[in-house]
Amino acid sequence: MISRVMALTQRELATTFLSPVAYIVAAVFLVASGWLFMDNTLIDGGEASMRFMLDSMAWLLIFAVPMLTMRLISDEFASGTIETLMTAPVTDAEVVLGKFIGVFMFFVALLATTVLHIVLLSQYGQQDVNALLYGYLGMILLGGLYISVGLFASAMTRHQLLAAIIGVAVLALLTILVDTLAALQGGQWRVVLSHVNVLYHFHNFSRGIFDTKDLVFFVSGTALFLFLTIKVLESRRWR
Amino acid sequence: MPPVIEVFGSRRDSHMIKVKNLTKMYGDRKAVNNISFHIDEGEIVGFLGPNGAGKTTTLRILTCYMPASSGSASVAGHDVFTQSMDVRRVIGYLPESTPLDVHMRAREYLNFRGKIRGLDRATRESAIKRVADLCWLGDFIDRPIHQLSKGMKQRVGLADALLHDPKVLILDEPTVGLDPTQIRETRNLIHELAKRHTVLLSSHILPEVEATCQRTIIIAGGSIVASGSPEELKARIREGSRLIAELSGDKAQIEQAVAKVRGVSKLECANDNGWNRLTLETSKDADPREDIYKLAKEKNWSLRELRLEQGSLEEFFVRITAEQMAKQRSHNREVRA
Repeated sequence: MISRVMALTQRELATTFLSPVAYIVAAVFLVASGWLFMDNTLIDGGEASMRFMLDSMAWLLIFAVPMLTMRLISDEFASGTIETLMTAPVTDAEVVLGKFIGVFMFFVALLATTVLHIVLLSQYGQQDVNALLYGYLGMILLGGLYISVGLFASAMTRHQLLAAIIGVAVLALLTILVDTLAALQGGQWRVVLSHVNVLYHFHNFSRGIFDTKDLVFFVSGTALFLFLTIKVLESRRWR
Repeated sequence: MPPVIEVFGSRRDSHMIKVKNLTKMYGDRKAVNNISFHIDEGEIVGFLGPNGAGKTTTLRILTCYMPASSGSASVAGHDVFTQSMDVRRVIGYLPESTPLDVHMRAREYLNFRGKIRGLDRATRESAIKRVADLCWLGDFIDRPIHQLSKGMKQRVGLADALLHDPKVLILDEPTVGLDPTQIRETRNLIHELAKRHTVLLSSHILPEVEATCQRTIIIAGGSIVASGSPEELKARIREGSRLIAELSGDKAQIEQAVAKVRGVSKLECANDNGWNRLTLETSKDADPREDIYKLAKEKNWSLRELRLEQGSLEEFFVRITAEQMAKQRSHNREVRA
């Protein structure tokens, strides 16, 4: 199983590096992270922490990640390669997992470029190591969840653009919309809604607070969307 | 429920592919309607039918791409539904549109396919070399697939299907979109492959199947309408052949006398400039031409034409598939109404 998942991951990475979309997303990511860092953190009197940048990137990724994931499964259906793939001795779960890991690795590589910012910042002031570590852990978990949502959206349709829109919509629902709704509601609903808010859990990490609740939220959320992706893939072939 | 047409091979114990009462519904439309057939080890069988007959659907069920709505199918003794992974391991499949990872080079693609089939590095390398020779990939193997012509892509797809030396090869319209030279090359290749593999290929072109296959299964409107070797199918055609005879003489007398000839089952008579043009339908295995000649001689009628009009396999195919499609359409109308 592991060798097959690895083969699929390699294929996904190769495809990613050959697709212009990945380069556009990478460029936007680099420009945005650089600008956010230069304009808000690396200024006189600025706080020596990556928190502002990470919090802002969490917003940006709502739009960036679905661009990376839109192709993943929808294109297999559009080009017909799903047929050769799913008639080879690989399971639906292996396909989904291989794709997930491929994009996840690309995302981590992108995130790794911001290590340069940390090095720069360390020239100016002492950083809170915990906040830094948990901030990046949170970012990695957040990326995983976003990618699983994007993958799920990509399994829904053969049109890449539609997959991107569905991905952004679901992510917006889990972040911006629940936030607004929670503000409008009172009592119990407010608690429930704020607990499904992805950014609420992320902000704990970026503040340097480690709570297993948040870890469980991200890991189980990612697992849930990966599971749903497998089910959607199955049902689409079985119709 | 329509009758099940069983297609028996000679050796019952060596069925490589077994399909029993297979049905596939798309919504309330029956794409495949209760079909059953067997294919023996080492056979080349052609699946023939017009577009939309249910060929691709059947092949997709056999290759575990989609499950059937009811019925069962097995390949090399493994059930396609419960032992899907075992089936996938013994099958090499070339889908209709030859989908490939076009951004990869052919070698990279075959290497990836070898990996997901669980072949180790050494096996992959020798397997790629073997299929590259077999499918004449030549220098093209190091070119990106999107630069290759349709025919070359088809060969890469075939090379992929052969990579793990499968027991069973399933080829969906393997020659569609190729030029005549490539078609001939592909046919020769399939012939060559049949020595080592059991081959099931589909086509909507009759000469294609006639040229490559030992046995043909004709499918239309989701049902099997005929099957057998080309000779057996030709024998079936003879049942439907017509005899033309032109005689001069009294029309009523001629009709009466000819109708009594052994083997004549139906008779039509038309007037052609004073000649009586008879169109006769004959019963199976009967050839009443000699008797008609003797009759004419005896009655002293002039005979200017006596001809057996034998339908071609082509006509037979067109006729039975058209009948089946019409049946299917009226059935669908009933279902909807």
